[in-house]
Amino acid sequence: MAIRERLSGNEAVATAMKQINPDTVAAYPITPSTEIPQYFSNFVSNGTVTTEFIPVESEHSAMSACIGAAAAGGRVMSATSSQGLALMFEMLYIASGMRIPLTLICGNRALSAPLNIHNDHSDAMGVRDAGFIQLYCENNQEAYDNTIMAVKITELTKIPVMVCFDGFITSHSVENITLMENEEVKNFVGEYKPTEYLLDEKRNISMGPLALQKDYYKFRVDLANAMRNSKDIILKVSKEFEKITGRNYGLYEKYMMDDAEYGIIVLNSTAGTVKDTVDNLRKKGIKAGVLKLRTFRPLPFEELPKELTNLKALAIMDKCDSVNGYSAPLFSEITSAMYTASLNVPTVNYIYGLGGSDVKSTDIEEVFENLQNIAKNKKIDNVTYYLGLD
Amino acid sequence: MIEIRWHGRGGQGAKTASLLLADAAFNTGKYIQGFPEYGPERMGAPITAYNRISDEVIRIHSNIYEPDYVVVVDDSLIDTVDVTQGLKEQGAIIINTSKKISEIAKSLKNYKGKIYTIDASKISKECLKANYPNTAMLAAIVRITNIMTKDELLNNMIESFKHKFARKPEVIEPNMQAVTRGYDEIVGGK
Repeated sequence: MAIRERLSGNEAVATAMKQINPDTVAAYPITPSTEIPQYFSNFVSNGTVTTEFIPVESEHSAMSACIGAAAAGGRVMSATSSQGLALMFEMLYIASGMRIPLTLICGNRALSAPLNIHNDHSDAMGVRDAGFIQLYCENNQEAYDNTIMAVKITELTKIPVMVCFDGFITSHSVENITLMENEEVKNFVGEYKPTEYLLDEKRNISMGPLALQKDYYKFRVDLANAMRNSKDIILKVSKEFEKITGRNYGLYEKYMMDDAEYGIIVLNSTAGTVKDTVDNLRKKGIKAGVLKLRTFRPLPFEELPKELTNLKALAIMDKCDSVNGYSAPLFSEITSAMYTASLNVPTVNYIYGLGGSDVKSTDIEEVFENLQNIAKNKKIDNVTYYLGLD
Repeated sequence: MIEIRWHGRGGQGAKTASLLLADAAFNTGKYIQGFPEYGPERMGAPITAYNRISDEVIRIHSNIYEPDYVVVVDDSLIDTVDVTQGLKEQGAIIINTSKKISEIAKSLKNYKGKIYTIDASKISKECLKANYPNTAMLAAIVRITNIMTKDELLNNMIESFKHKFARKPEVIEPNMQAVTRGYDEIVGGK
């Protein structure tokens, strides 16, 4: 039976972790995800979970301890944000390169400098090539659901998974949520039976050894293929989840996209604000729609262009900047996928909300207005915009 | 959907009050949002918190710019913060103050909507022997927004106090008095 609750995003994720009861959690606190290890360490000291909690001295050590525990054969989780994720950078590549299953929660926050504690996606986007699956969440419900699904996805793909949700906007906002029963979560994630692990007394194996030239090359291609193949596993796990909860998850969510002429692609909490704006515009007869990406890694490069063919103009919104003098990651990768699929829809890049700058419905209306002008004039004067700065 | 903006000073419990309101509305079956706007947090610095309360799923994730109601927990903020900014004309502002409404109205230039006052600090000092105005303010905003009946509010609050003060049951009754007086002692609204 589903449980009606109201929780903040951090409470929701900590609750999911409690229900998962992983073998090991190693974490170092950082705003805005501090509350996750804080709540979780309460569960540990109360005996609500049987997890080994390792309060390490840095995020680099947190990820190192997670890798060690997962290599030993444990089900492992951690949480971080911003500078913490940046400090993990080196170890993220080691986790994915060693094909270590683990779940890393990321409460998205801007990177310094200037010092800022608020939300954007610079942290997760900064590690986009680290070989982690990245699941993005619109609200506390999705953060909770994806945390539970991530455990299965990482164990089946042997690719580490990041669950990303907006710092403060989601992590600290209390909203309605539907929780699963403890037993349901326990049965869904099941008992973890690693196939290859260091503490297997029957089989001696080595992990993370030297692999030069072509051997290294082959490992990296294996990882790339595993990432490509992870789409099917993500969809399969999501289907199983839907059977229990009734909540449907794909690689992305379409809202009013099928007959849309003007589309926005966006991640996380802003998707909700865009949906409301789309409803308002539809009442005025403007065919607006939104596509919210759930998996940025793997990138649904074959599926996405097919969803965009009817559009007269498209805005891809990035809550981070590549500082390459041109555009930001979502735009670069999705337009590249469109190009190779021979899809030529006029497309612009909106960088928005850096450092937690609030994104209002009127900002989104402005984006759709620009898209209508682009469609009418059949030309793009400017590719990259910084939304909300006049 | 009802949108509420809270103005308080760090340490006065405006954030807690907004979360308590969200809780109470949740318990009557509503969809809710309760979130503070985090800045540099210091005791006494102006802070803002928000509530959305609706019969339908709430999807929007921005701050509130055109609130239906504004709650001011500290009347000294009126001179430094534009508390009525964006406040809908058919909405209302409720202020914790011992001043008369005519006096408050003079400070709220250009504002034409309803003004309510409640001396929540006095209620708190009399009931709780300390200045925690948020409990009485919470009751006052519930009455004005009419999001639940007085009985629903009282039932809700006693449950949450029983939980919150499980180790200090002697403070439950004084807090309930503060809730009741907050509900009953509002003035204004014309």
